[in-house]
Amino acid sequence: MSLALLLEQVLNGLQLGVMLFLMAAGLTLIFGVMGLINLAHGSLYMVGAFACAAVAAATGSFWIGLVASLIAAAAAGAIMEMTVIRRLYDRDHLDQVLATFALILIFSEGTRWLFGSFPLYLDIPPLLQGAVPLPGGGQYQLYRLAIIGVGIAVALGLYLLISRTRLGMRIRAGESDREMIAALGVDIRTLYTVVFALGAALAGLAGAMVGALQSVQVGMGEPALILAFVVIVIGGIGSIKGALFGAILVGLVDTMGRFLLPKALALMMPAAQAGLIGAALASMLIYIVMALILAFRPSGLFAAQS
Amino acid sequence: MSRETIVNIVLALLLLAIPLGASAMGEQFYVTLATRIAILALAATGLNIALGLGGLVSFGHAAFFGLGGYAAGILATHAFNAEPLFFGLPGTTSMPVIWLVAIMVCGLVALPIGAISLRTTGVYFIMITLAFAQMIYYFAISWPAYGGEDGLSIYVRNAFPGVNTAQPLPYFLICYVVLMAALGLFWLLRGSRFGAALQAARQNATRLSAVGIAPFNIRLVAFAISAMVTGLAGALFADLNRFVSPSMLSWHMSGELIVLIILGGKGGLFGPVAGAMLYVLFEFALGGITERWQFFLGLILLGVVLFARGGLLGLLAGKARHG
Repeated sequence: MSLALLLEQVLNGLQLGVMLFLMAAGLTLIFGVMGLINLAHGSLYMVGAFACAAVAAATGSFWIGLVASLIAAAAAGAIMEMTVIRRLYDRDHLDQVLATFALILIFSEGTRWLFGSFPLYLDIPPLLQGAVPLPGGGQYQLYRLAIIGVGIAVALGLYLLISRTRLGMRIRAGESDREMIAALGVDIRTLYTVVFALGAALAGLAGAMVGALQSVQVGMGEPALILAFVVIVIGGIGSIKGALFGAILVGLVDTMGRFLLPKALALMMPAAQAGLIGAALASMLIYIVMALILAFRPSGLFAAQS
Repeated sequence: MSRETIVNIVLALLLLAIPLGASAMGEQFYVTLATRIAILALAATGLNIALGLGGLVSFGHAAFFGLGGYAAGILATHAFNAEPLFFGLPGTTSMPVIWLVAIMVCGLVALPIGAISLRTTGVYFIMITLAFAQMIYYFAISWPAYGGEDGLSIYVRNAFPGVNTAQPLPYFLICYVVLMAALGLFWLLRGSRFGAALQAARQNATRLSAVGIAPFNIRLVAFAISAMVTGLAGALFADLNRFVSPSMLSWHMSGELIVLIILGGKGGLFGPVAGAMLYVLFEFALGGITERWQFFLGLILLGVVLFARGGLLGLLAGKARHG
C-alpha cells in the first residue's frame, strides 16, 4: 500500500465529508432555528441535481446549471416552507417526520413524472477535467479537489454569515428565544423562510456537484439524507461546528473503513473471507461509530445549548 | 358499548368477511390482499406498543420486520437444502418454530438497540433507531450468504400443523388469528399496571420516577415486546411472499409502519388495522388508476397529518384518542 494510494483515499474521504457537510449544515440549521426535523431535505438535494443536469443539457454549460440548481432548490425550499413546513413548527416530531415523509413521496414521484425513470447524466465542466499530481507519485481528480475547496469556502462563508452579519445575529437569536425576537419586531416568519431556503440551496448545491460524479436519478437523495442525519446526530443537532466535524469524521471513517478493513482482516484470515467480512463491516462502520458516540454522549459531540 | 368498540368490532368482522366472501367466489387475489392487510396491521400493532403507548417514535422498526422475515427465510432455506445451521442445529419449515425463533431473535436484538437508543430522547431517538436499522440493512445487502441484495426465496410456504398453508384462505386465517392475538396482547398491556406505567412514562417521566418507577426499564421492556410482535409479522410476511429481501429492512418500510399507525389513529387498539386497510386499499385502488400512486398517497398522507389528526379511527369514532 503506497503513500499515494492512502493519500487518495484520505482525499476521497474529505470529499465525501464536505458533501455531507453541505447537506448537514442545512439540516442542522433548520433544526436549530425552527426545531424541525426535515426528511425531505434529500428531495431538495435531488431537485438541485436534476435542475443542474437539465439546465446544463439545455444550455451546454455546467456553470449555468449550477446557478440553476441553487435557484431551483432555494425556490423549492421556500415554497415547501410556506405551504407545508410552516404548519409543522409547533407540532411534535412524529407529525414532522410523517409530513416530510409524505413530501418525499410527492417529490420523488413528481420528479419521475417530469423526467422519466431513466437517470440523467451530467459532465464534469471542461475547466475542472483532468487530474493533479499527488506527492508520492499518484494523481487525483481535479474536480474532486474543487468540491473540497467549495465545501471549505461554504463552511467559512456560513461561519462569517452567522457570526458577523445582521441576518446571522437574528438566526442566533431565533435559536435561543423565538418569542423574544418576534416581540422585538423581527419578522420571524420571513426569517424562517430565509433560513429554510438557505438550507435548501446548500442541499441543492451538494446535489448538483455530486451529480457530475454519479448519475442523477430519483432516490439519490435518500442515502445522502440518512448519512447527513448520522452526521448531525454525531455532531450534536443544531450545531454547525458539530456538523462540520461530524461530516469530516463520517466521510473519513466510511472511506477509510472500506479501504483498510478488508486489508487489516486479511492479516488474520484468508483473503476471500476477509474481503467479505471487511466489506460487510465497513458498510456498518459509521453506524457503529454513531452508536458508540451516542452511548457515551447522548446529545452528540458539540450539543447546542437548548 | 362506546362508539370506538363498535367501530373496532366492525373492522374486525370486515377484515374476516371480505376474504371469506372473496374465497367463496373464487377471487383468490382479494384473499391475498386481505392477508397483506392483516400482516401489515400486525407489524404496526407491534410498533403501536412502543409508539402509541410509550410515545417512543422508533424510525427503525423495519429492522425487526426484516429480521423476522430473514429468520423464516434462513430456517426454511437450511431445511430445504438439508444443511445444518450453526452448532449443527437443523433448519425447519414448521411455522410455530420459525415464529418462536423470529420472536426470540428480535427480542435479543431489540434489547441492546433499545438500551442504547433509550439513553436519548426526541429527535435523537428517532435518528438512532433509524441508524440501527440502516446498519442491519447494509449488513444484509453486503452479506452474500443469504442472497445479499437479491434477497432469498422460500420455495414452498412453510407448514403449520393441520393446515394447508399453500392455499390462500387457510393462510389468511392463520394471519388473522395471530393478528387478533396480538391485538388482545395490546389490549391487555394497555389495561395492565405495566401499560399504565408505560403511558405515564410518555406523559410525564419525571413524575413516574418520583413515584419510584424507573421509566428506562419500562420503556426498554415495551420496546422489546414491540420489536417481537413486529418480528413475528415479518416472518408471516416472508411466508406470504415466499421471498425475503433487504427492502423489508429499508427505512421506507419503517416509514410505512409509522404511516399505518397515523392513518388509522395513534394509540387506538384498532388504529393499525384501520391504517393497514386504508393503505393497502389506496395502493390497490390508486395503483389501478395511475402508476404514480405514491404521489397521491403522499398528498393524502400530508392532508391527514395536517388536517385530520385522529386518523381514520378519529373520524369514525369521534375524538382523537391519546390514551
